[in-house]
Amino acid sequence: MHPRPARPRSAAAGAETARVPRWVVAVAVVGGLFVLLPIAAMALRVDWPRFLPLVSSDSAQAALLLSLRTSLTATALCVVVGVPMALVLARTSFRGQQLVRSLVLLPLVLPPVVGGIALLYTFGRRGLLGSTLGTLGIDIAFSTTAVVMAQTFVALPFLVLSLEGALRTVGTRYEAVGATLGADRWTVLRRITLPLVLPALVSGAVLSFARALGEFGATLTFAGSLEGTTRTLPLEVYLQRETDPDAAVALSLILVVVAVVVVGIAHRVRPLGALRAAPGGSARPPGGHGRLP
Amino acid sequence: MPAALAAVVLGVAACGTDGPDAARPVPNDASDGSITVFAAASLTAPFTELAGQFEAAYPGSQVTLNFAGSSDLVGQLSEGAPADVFASADEESMAKVAEADLLADEPVAFATNTLQLAVPSDNPAGITSLEDAARPGVKVVVCAERVPCGALAARLQAAADVDLVPVSEESSVTDVLGKVTSGQADAGLVYVTDVRTAGAAVRGIGIREAGSAVNTYPIAALADSASPATAQEFVEFASGPVGRAVLGAAGFGAP
Repeated sequence: MHPRPARPRSAAAGAETARVPRWVVAVAVVGGLFVLLPIAAMALRVDWPRFLPLVSSDSAQAALLLSLRTSLTATALCVVVGVPMALVLARTSFRGQQLVRSLVLLPLVLPPVVGGIALLYTFGRRGLLGSTLGTLGIDIAFSTTAVVMAQTFVALPFLVLSLEGALRTVGTRYEAVGATLGADRWTVLRRITLPLVLPALVSGAVLSFARALGEFGATLTFAGSLEGTTRTLPLEVYLQRETDPDAAVALSLILVVVAVVVVGIAHRVRPLGALRAAPGGSARPPGGHGRLP
Repeated sequence: MPAALAAVVLGVAACGTDGPDAARPVPNDASDGSITVFAAASLTAPFTELAGQFEAAYPGSQVTLNFAGSSDLVGQLSEGAPADVFASADEESMAKVAEADLLADEPVAFATNTLQLAVPSDNPAGITSLEDAARPGVKVVVCAERVPCGALAARLQAAADVDLVPVSEESSVTDVLGKVTSGQADAGLVYVTDVRTAGAAVRGIGIREAGSAVNTYPIAALADSASPATAQEFVEFASGPVGRAVLGAAGFGAP
């Protein structure tokens, strides 16, 4: 239909695409459409005149606020727990480390509902720890705490994964130099290691937040669904779909927008980290590189 | 490149559909006795048995079953899913399908269902009545009022003059039952038939006023059916004596 764009206009880009067979590009475009079309189709279904009333209803607002509150808490927990986990995995070596690394990443590949069942059998009222917690007077069944736990469980691997990768990429050279100059372990960690991987930490935290925000299966199984207490935005969408599909679509679009923003932030931060790590790359001590996954 | 891309996209699209003419036999073709029945999830056990009995009673017929929540099924039907019979767990869902002009005939009421309190088999909170479930400190779970089982639960509470303070309002009755079987909740309002299905994991506690909140299940043949005769026969079979017996055994009441 359209004439081909004039060649000189994108000489640099042309030089790059010339290396890839055209059918590869065609398949890639189809794959891209496969991801984008459903999002576009959903946006087309939004009842725009009613959009604002739909997303600002009391139940929608309660769900959105709860989602933001719990996801932020879960992200904070992921950082507090995940940074030490990534450090231990990247900077120490112990027997069975490979196995531990795989197990830590398990929530990433588990169906969320399975995660919910696992949490239920651990922290539920009849779970492994639940009865002990119960005698201590701690009851997390149907509480916002249960939501945060479900979100942390599924989001933690994102933070550990991105941070551990960054730690291995920057290597231990600067840390070794710092140590020879008399810095103790805590100073090395605080003044050298963490600043080096800060971009990866930020992008990992952002991804964890996104995962926590989208958590559905584990929350539904483990925490229940009560407005203002445990009914997060995805659960509200699920419930609205039963009665008012228009509202469900409108709320879904909000989640899509948040996801797009989050992915955007994570991508803006990540290349920075790669650039900063690059100069050290040539002088990386042996061993730091060899065990890259 | 754009032309090549269009060809690929069209190719993919062509693979996705069977073509409008090929798959479906001419309407009113009585020789093809295969039908697809969309039925509410709560009908899973009785309709699976009923389909077997129907195929035995009508040689040459073949019944494919699709179970899901009634509102999910309404969604699928209004998006054009091919089906011959729709059996809903509530009259509102059937009304939506009727509004969309998808019914071949008036729906027939073929079963009823009422609510019961399900408690874990050891009944940790010692619940014997709906009033007990309303005691402070009792973790009771119900369906959200926006879904049919929740609307019914609200009617029941009004009739019994009891105000439950639920710790969770689930989107589906199976989620309510799950909270009870796992012991997370002390009690949940579910259908009588759900208590039967759950077996030994839960105990059902009858509610005096259950009769004032009755859910009616309607069934109807669909307008787009490729085998309208078989579809009609299945509707009559399910609402007739055989259907009544099978559904009664599963705990459903007569309409």
